[in-house]
Amino acid sequence: MTFAISMNDALFTTAKVLFAVVGVGLNIAGFLGWVERKQSAVMQDRIGANRASIFGIKILGLFHPIADAIKMLTKEDFVPKGAHKTLHGLAPVLSLGCAMFCLAALPYGGVIQFAGRSWDLQPIALPMGVPFVLAALAFGVHGIVMAGYASGSNYGLLGALRGASQMIAYEVCLASSLAGLLFIYGTLDFSEAVRWQALHGVWGIVVQPLAFILFLTAGAAVTKRAPFDLPEGESEIVGYHVEYSGMKFGMFLMTDFFESIVICGVITALFLGGWTIPGLDLPSMGLLGGALMVASFIGKMMFLLFLLMQLRWTLPRFRFDQLLDLGWKNLLPLALLNFLATAWVVYLWR
Amino acid sequence: MAITVRAVERPARTFATQLYLVEVWRGLAVTFRHLFVNLFRHAMKAFGIKGYLPGSVTIQYPEDPAVLGKRARMRHRLLKRDDSTPRCTACLLCETICPAKCIRITAEDAPDPKIEKRAKTFDIDLGLCVFCGYCVEACPVDAIHMDAKDVELSAYARKDMIWDMPELLGDKVKVPSRPV
Repeated sequence: MTFAISMNDALFTTAKVLFAVVGVGLNIAGFLGWVERKQSAVMQDRIGANRASIFGIKILGLFHPIADAIKMLTKEDFVPKGAHKTLHGLAPVLSLGCAMFCLAALPYGGVIQFAGRSWDLQPIALPMGVPFVLAALAFGVHGIVMAGYASGSNYGLLGALRGASQMIAYEVCLASSLAGLLFIYGTLDFSEAVRWQALHGVWGIVVQPLAFILFLTAGAAVTKRAPFDLPEGESEIVGYHVEYSGMKFGMFLMTDFFESIVICGVITALFLGGWTIPGLDLPSMGLLGGALMVASFIGKMMFLLFLLMQLRWTLPRFRFDQLLDLGWKNLLPLALLNFLATAWVVYLWR
Repeated sequence: MAITVRAVERPARTFATQLYLVEVWRGLAVTFRHLFVNLFRHAMKAFGIKGYLPGSVTIQYPEDPAVLGKRARMRHRLLKRDDSTPRCTACLLCETICPAKCIRITAEDAPDPKIEKRAKTFDIDLGLCVFCGYCVEACPVDAIHMDAKDVELSAYARKDMIWDMPELLGDKVKVPSRPV
């Protein structure tokens, strides 16, 4: 192992991380704000937000996320009297930062040959990518608890407690539903998992369909969006970010979108073949292959986000005891049984 | 019609509904159907192909006129007789019944001895009006209606919410209020 990192490598890695966090993360998160409005509107026979215009140009209301951002940045940043100032400010940063970390570990592409050397399109190629992402997602619960605790408000604290118990319940399912799949892949590295799927010509969703449903459900719960939005409950019950305003609230809002992107990215990498396109040998196609890899990965991710968005606008919210029952009594035993059965089958197979 | 009771069977909890996945799928089928049908209709409209229903039920209000019910209670209107004198005889029944006390009438002698009285001034403060329609019910000479087809009544000052008799009769156009 060599520690001498050339200037070019450092620049390339920086560019990749920037692409992942700013290019993919912020853009898709902003875009999701528009998708959320429009998709819910069209499926409810409405039109949706279409008034924001720049010099009379509206393009189906695509400027509304920009208007939202301007609104949030110019609103008063209010810190309540009983709040802990430092923690109150730190909580949204922690919450959003944890979700942002994960984006850099996703495999947007494989290794391509170009200009006489090989380029790895994964921003940060971690041999422990899957547990890293799961850990970073789980760490986001600190932001929620911190937000509720530092607000100095009982409603915020109650929301934070709901958030904490929900996140812990579903993080366990999230990790254990992947166990069987990773056992088959024999790796914790996203790129290796994608390569396994490319090599065997079969996607993870075919190998482990139950794990896919379990992970999708637990993933939807971890992103704290409906039908699992009990920690927030913007419209009816009061959530952990009740004492937040302006861009700090906006950051909590963005966290949900970022976590959705991460969950969909993980599903794409582990269940939907990652950057592969069936029938095409992308790593040997040079620069075009690289572009297709990224397009394929993001395309699959966007499809999953579309599906999650549809689920979010279709299902009613769970009651809290039903939510915890679903997590601890249904998803977790199923995930563990799935893992045991997989382990047994793999043992007999070898 | 006699009141009848119809017993509605509670849907049975089967394994399929308990599993929830099937029900989720059925719900998704409904929302996806709406999504794609509406998207198709929007696309047809964008390409200018006619013959399809609109993709949404939204009324784009400031551009399109508001759709009002047949019996909607809108701004008041004072009616005239055939000889174009106001029908109002200043009996003050509307002023008396008004729960919001938004009608203010002063009476004077009418030149016609059969009519005896008529309104000298007739002011309605729409800022106070609750649009209950009692004034229309109370009027014995059918002089006041609430069918002026006008619901955009906002103004910049409270005094601009007060409509006087010529304005209510339609003899004078209400001057739109300006920012103070």
